[in-house]
Amino acid sequence: MAKILITNRDGEQSEIEGEIGISVMENLRDNDYELEAICGGQCSCATCHIYIDDAWLSKVGARNDEENELLEELDCVQPGSRLSCQIEFSEDLDGLTLTIAPDE
Amino acid sequence: MTQTIIVVGAGHAGGQAVATLRQKGFDGRIIMIGDEPYVPYERPPLSKAVLAGELEVERTFLKKDTWYPDKQIDFRANTQVTAIDRRAKTVTTSHGENLAYDKLLLATGTRVRKLQAPGAHLENIFYLRAIDDTLAIRKQMKPGAKVVIVGGGYIGLEVAAVAVKMGCDVTVLEGLDRVMSRVVAPEVSAFYDKVHTDAGVKIRTGMAVTGFEGHGKVERVTCADDSFFPADLVVIGVGVLPNVELAADGDLAVDNGIVVDEYCQTSDENVWAAGDCTNHPNALLGRRLRLESVQNAVDQAKTAANAMCGELKEYAEIPWFWSDQYDLKLQIVGLSEPGDEVVIRGNPAERKFSAIYLRHGKFVAINAINMIKDFMAAKKMIAAGTQLDPVRAADPEVPLKDL
Repeated sequence: MAKILITNRDGEQSEIEGEIGISVMENLRDNDYELEAICGGQCSCATCHIYIDDAWLSKVGARNDEENELLEELDCVQPGSRLSCQIEFSEDLDGLTLTIAPDE
Repeated sequence: MTQTIIVVGAGHAGGQAVATLRQKGFDGRIIMIGDEPYVPYERPPLSKAVLAGELEVERTFLKKDTWYPDKQIDFRANTQVTAIDRRAKTVTTSHGENLAYDKLLLATGTRVRKLQAPGAHLENIFYLRAIDDTLAIRKQMKPGAKVVIVGGGYIGLEVAAVAVKMGCDVTVLEGLDRVMSRVVAPEVSAFYDKVHTDAGVKIRTGMAVTGFEGHGKVERVTCADDSFFPADLVVIGVGVLPNVELAADGDLAVDNGIVVDEYCQTSDENVWAAGDCTNHPNALLGRRLRLESVQNAVDQAKTAANAMCGELKEYAEIPWFWSDQYDLKLQIVGLSEPGDEVVIRGNPAERKFSAIYLRHGKFVAINAINMIKDFMAAKKMIAAGTQLDPVRAADPEVPLKDL
């Protein structure tokens, strides 16, 4: 069992049992976190923006080029910004800590 | 007393609406009625990754099927709503049930426009709207199969891209003089025509399909100029029609869509509508319109769900869309019109450029092809009504947001 620790847009904290092998976006959406994810994971819209906790940044890997271009144009981009559709959840990410970014 | 909200339609809008209702804390009864066997799902991958066999059907579901019972949402699959009685506040289902509501949301979406032509009933002639359509088409898309696609719009071209990649012999028959003519400028049409042709797709424009011939199964497609095209399967993508009959029969205002206000409320204060089926006002665009898009379905569903919970937030978003074909990420913001000034920014030969549409100097729409930064900047600039200098806009070295 691998957990994801989440702070939502209202600042409330919670945790879920993450499903392995699907994206972090799908995990958040399946568990009812308010997240637009309008393009469904195609890296086309930037509406599944999250902030990865500093301690986890290196473990989730680097942004890809398209993701980087989408993120750089957002007003509320931060060093820990990622598109949750571009991170596949795995056992190695047990304990992943993230915050859902504001809706732009 | 417990309130009941009935949502008619289990597409993207219906699915988003029930999720938002529960997120907003609505704790009454929710019944969602859909005519397909599936829980609400993403439609865009049906003509792309699902058709290509790269994405399992279950991963298109907006929520897992267990989510609905977990949230006490009474989801009725394989069920149609056949009538609304607004005075009694009930809907009748295809199973003969009468269900009472306090508030009703119509998220009835669209259906494919069918070609009325001789032979249209033959086997292996498909339309693509739902999961089962995609699965049926995929079964027939074997390497070497002759695939004739009627309609050179998004659906037709996305299917063409997948089919040619799978080794099919693909022909696209478009009735007008260029592909995607309703949504993009001639320069963008020419680019997509070339990309498909280079990939091995035969694009034939100005072709009026007159019928289909074959013994049981389709064998060839005939056209008005007496030409014909051999076919093992045909996929038709010639647009959709809004599902408004239920609303019209219930005496709700209908005019190319179910007429709603900026809060997605219909002419009945207890009935809302959201998504592809609505004719809605948009203050940013300054007019009413009907839209076929995921963004619109999601945003209107939220607007309607919020309003049903007593929270009035006006719907006004600049529409945006996307289409993936080959390695090309096409992102569109705004609605262009014939007569708009078109500025090409970047180099189509490098498969990386934008078409910018100006109306009286005002930035109204963009087609960004592998130009993600332009897309993101355009979303804000178009909503803000930015004026652009066409000469500077044509220079891809100047970031769009700095203009």
